[in-house]
Amino acid sequence: MGSAPSMLTQYDIEDVQEYSYNLFSQQEIVSLYERFCQLDRNAKGFISADEFLSVPEFAVNPLSQRLLKMVDGLNFKDFVAFLSAFSSKASIQQKIELIFKVYDLDNKGKVTFNDILEVLRDLTGSFMTEKQREVYFSVVYVPFGFPLSSK
Amino acid sequence: MDLDRPNIEEYLPSEAIQESNEKLHLRDLLDISPTLTEAAGAIVDDSFTRCFKSNPSEPWNWNVYLFPLWCFGVVVRYGILFPVRVLVLTIGWIIFLSSFIPAHFLLRSHDKWRKKIERYLVELICSFFVASWTGVVKYHGPRPSMRPKQVFVANHTSMIDFIVLEQMTAFAVIMQKHPGWVGLLQSTILESVGCIWFNRAEAKDREIVARKLRDHIQGVDNNPLLIFPEGTCVNNHYTVMFKKGAFELGCTVCPIAIKYNKIFVDAFWNSKKQSFTMHLLHLMTSWAVVCDVWYLEPQNIRPGETPIEFAERVRDIISVRAGLKKVPWDGYLKYSRPSPKHRERKQQRFVESVLQRLEKKGK
Repeated sequence: MGSAPSMLTQYDIEDVQEYSYNLFSQQEIVSLYERFCQLDRNAKGFISADEFLSVPEFAVNPLSQRLLKMVDGLNFKDFVAFLSAFSSKASIQQKIELIFKVYDLDNKGKVTFNDILEVLRDLTGSFMTEKQREVYFSVVYVPFGFPLSSK
Repeated sequence: MDLDRPNIEEYLPSEAIQESNEKLHLRDLLDISPTLTEAAGAIVDDSFTRCFKSNPSEPWNWNVYLFPLWCFGVVVRYGILFPVRVLVLTIGWIIFLSSFIPAHFLLRSHDKWRKKIERYLVELICSFFVASWTGVVKYHGPRPSMRPKQVFVANHTSMIDFIVLEQMTAFAVIMQKHPGWVGLLQSTILESVGCIWFNRAEAKDREIVARKLRDHIQGVDNNPLLIFPEGTCVNNHYTVMFKKGAFELGCTVCPIAIKYNKIFVDAFWNSKKQSFTMHLLHLMTSWAVVCDVWYLEPQNIRPGETPIEFAERVRDIISVRAGLKKVPWDGYLKYSRPSPKHRERKQQRFVESVLQRLEKKGK
């Protein structure tokens, strides 16, 4: 049912626009709403994990499970706010914040070695042994030697 | 991200791996933004969902004089055209049944005649169906001939594809078994033209069906076989991947391209949103169904070509003729998740590039 945009008033659009740091034009928000309604099959007001996974391009992405935890059950406003980090107008700070949140899935406020290894596991699957991952990790990380924190 | 583009042509995920032979930095480990961007891109728009989207036609009844015109049109369509069409269809069914049933039972012993009459009658009832939507069908190319060792393949938009093609030539078709009155028609009348049934849900079904296909082709007297290799209805702007079943039978493949003109009605049948009855009613209350059918040059598998390559080549021929864009997805993803091997391929590529650079470091 793609004809839903008529249900979005000017106030709604401006509200969503403000909430997502003014990174999208109003036309873009209307397009995103069409897409949101297309994915949200029974007009529940949010997109379930199953509906995200019905997009094959998303399901084959190695980080889809981590992202699912972040987008599952979002309403439209939060959906747009989430996507705003991908806008070309978004600040580097915002993009890094998103990447940080993907690593720090359990919201501890810091990214541990384990988080980094887990993401690496997602990206490499069964094509890298645990030993190889640790080697990779130590090769690039050795110069630093302290854990990243949220600051 | 430019979200304002109306035609996102050839949107496929771009290579997420940066090919470089430089030293590995911490940034390479931590920067997962290409993969994330791919995922976000898929959330915003993807080439698979687009295949099944029916674009609603622009309303044109928005002002003082257009609205009454449109209302008048509605009255004509629902009040005059629809009853006339129902009448035409009823007459057609009466003629059909009163000829088919006697022929089917009385001519048991004269098989050749019986088949000929049944074929003609099926073509007739399909013509009545097409008339009931005021179908304007233009056929291009030589009519299919009845020869053994050949199959016909066509792109799939709705079950009416079958009716549109059947009115010209009594094909035997391979179809998903449907419930309700359609299923009844399938098991009675369509049996007589030699149709083959399958059940998408059953895994073992594929071998049984493959065997039935092979048997049918061998028979000299059987009606030409029509297959829709996409396996599902697509919205007539795209083609999804063809299943190779029709292309590994060792016979000539004759492509047929069908393109509907959406000027009066969109013939795409979204089986998730509408039952076939509703779909037919929708067509019968529209002005006309306009389409073009092209019978294209028969193709044979080339030496050294795999059935999948053959299928892709034929898909190319059909897509070009009907002006459809190709997408690299399997139509059955409508009903199931993609197999893990796609993700594994991405993982493998990532690992290969990392290991390559690790090696270069001499570690």
